[in-house]
Amino acid sequence: MVDFGGWDMPINYGSQIEEHHAVRQKAGVFDVSHMTVVEVAGSGARDYLRHLLANDVDRVAPGRALYSGMLNDRGGVIDDLIVYKRDNDYRLVVNCATRETDLAWMEQHAGGFAVDIRERADLAMLAIQGPEARDITAGLLDGARAEAVQALKVFGFAEDGEWMIARTGYTGEDGVEIMLPGADAVALWNQLLAAGVAPTGLGARDTLRLEAGMNLYGNDMDDSITPWEANMGWTLVLNDRDFIGRQPLLNQQENGHAELVGLVLEGKGVLRAHQKVLMPNGEEGEITSGTFSPTLGKSIALARLPAGATGKVDVEIRNKRQPAQVVKAPFVRNGQAVYKAI
Amino acid sequence: MSEIPAELRYASSHEWAKNDDGTVTVGITAHAQDAMGDLVYVELPEVGQVVAAGDEAGVVESVKAASDIYAPVSGEIVAINEALEDEPELVNNAPYEGGWLFKIAMSEESDLDNLLTADQYQAQIESE
Repeated sequence: MVDFGGWDMPINYGSQIEEHHAVRQKAGVFDVSHMTVVEVAGSGARDYLRHLLANDVDRVAPGRALYSGMLNDRGGVIDDLIVYKRDNDYRLVVNCATRETDLAWMEQHAGGFAVDIRERADLAMLAIQGPEARDITAGLLDGARAEAVQALKVFGFAEDGEWMIARTGYTGEDGVEIMLPGADAVALWNQLLAAGVAPTGLGARDTLRLEAGMNLYGNDMDDSITPWEANMGWTLVLNDRDFIGRQPLLNQQENGHAELVGLVLEGKGVLRAHQKVLMPNGEEGEITSGTFSPTLGKSIALARLPAGATGKVDVEIRNKRQPAQVVKAPFVRNGQAVYKAI
Repeated sequence: MSEIPAELRYASSHEWAKNDDGTVTVGITAHAQDAMGDLVYVELPEVGQVVAAGDEAGVVESVKAASDIYAPVSGEIVAINEALEDEPELVNNAPYEGGWLFKIAMSEESDLDNLLTADQYQAQIESE
C-alpha cells in the first residue's frame, strides 16, 4: 500500500504483471475513487468551460465525454481531465494529486460567470477494463444500467439514478468507468471479483496506460509543459474563443516546440523517467515515463525530444548508451502491438 | 513472513551468500524479491571480473524500479546464472534455488564473518 494524495492505495493485489495481463486478456477492475469529481452548473457553465479548457465543450453533444487540458496563462498544463457533458450541466473528473490547485484555479476564474462549482466527494469510481469487461459487468446489472454498459459508444455515457456509466478508460482496452455512491461501489466490487474480474492496482494501471500511450500528469506533463509538447495537440481547438493559455499556444505553434514521442528499447535494461536521450545530431531529450511492457516483452517509454526526432536514438542507462527506436504511440491497443517506427 | 534459510549468511543490502568450499553463491532474499515485485531484467557481472565486498556487481529491475546488487564477499566471479537473461522471474519464483545470480571464488574467507546470520537478518527486516 502507498499513500497517494492522502488515499491508501495498493500498488498491486498480487502480481502486477498478472494484473496487467488480466486487463489485456479478460477483465480487471480498478478502484479509482481517489479521482476528484467536480460538477459545474448554472447558466454560465458553457461559457465558463469554453474559457477554462483548451478543448471546446461545444465539440460534443450531451451524453458524450471530452478529454481536455486546463492551462495556465503560459499555456502550461495545470491538469488533464475528462468533461462529461450532460443536458443541463457538466461533470469533470480531474486528478487527485492536483485537486487543490485545480479547485482553486477553477474558483479563481469563475468570476464573471454564473456558475456553481461543486465537488462530489460522495461518489466512488470503479474502472472495469478489458475485452470481457462490458459483458461481465452488464451481466451483473439490471435494466437501464445493463443496457447502458452494452449500448454505449466509445466516450459515450448514460445515467441511472446516482450512477453514471461511461465507456471511457485509461488502459487502451474496451471497458467502462462507473461513478456511483460509495456503498454501491463496495457491492459492485465484490460482485465483479466473484465474477472473475481481477482486482488491479496502481502498478498495472501505470504499465497499461503507458502501453496505451496515455500521459500521466506530473510525469509526462506539468504546468511548465504545453499541450503541444505533451502529444496533446489533438485536444486543442484554436478557434477564436478566448480560452486561458491560447496566445502562448499560437506563438509556440508558429515558432516550433519539443515533442512527446514513444521509444522502444533495442538495447539492454529498462527505460525509466529522467534518463537522458541522445540524438544522432548531438541534441538531447529526456524520458518522461518508462517501464517494461508486459504485453510486448520489451521496454518502452515516452520521451520529450527536440522537434522532428525520428529513427534511432541512444538512451543513457547507468552511464552506458543503449539504442532505442523512436515510434509513434500508442504501443498497444485492444491487446495488440500497434506502434510504428517514425 | 518471507523464508530466511538458517544455513545462509546475509548482507544488510538483502543479498544472501552460500559458501561451498570457498565458492560463494549469491542471490537476493525472498524478502527483497517480494518488496521489488515482478522482476523483468537482471544485469549480471562478467565471469572473470574481480570484486571487493560491497562493490556493485549487478542490477535487478522490476516493473517498479531498479536496485543495485552488491558483492557480499571479495573475489573473482566464476559463474553467472545465464538463465536469468530470458527468465528473470526465476528470482521471484525461487530466490534461493533457480534464481541465484552469480558465484564468487572467495579471496578472503573472513568476509563471511562480516555478514549477518539468519537471526540477525530477520531482526533487520523486522525493524525496517
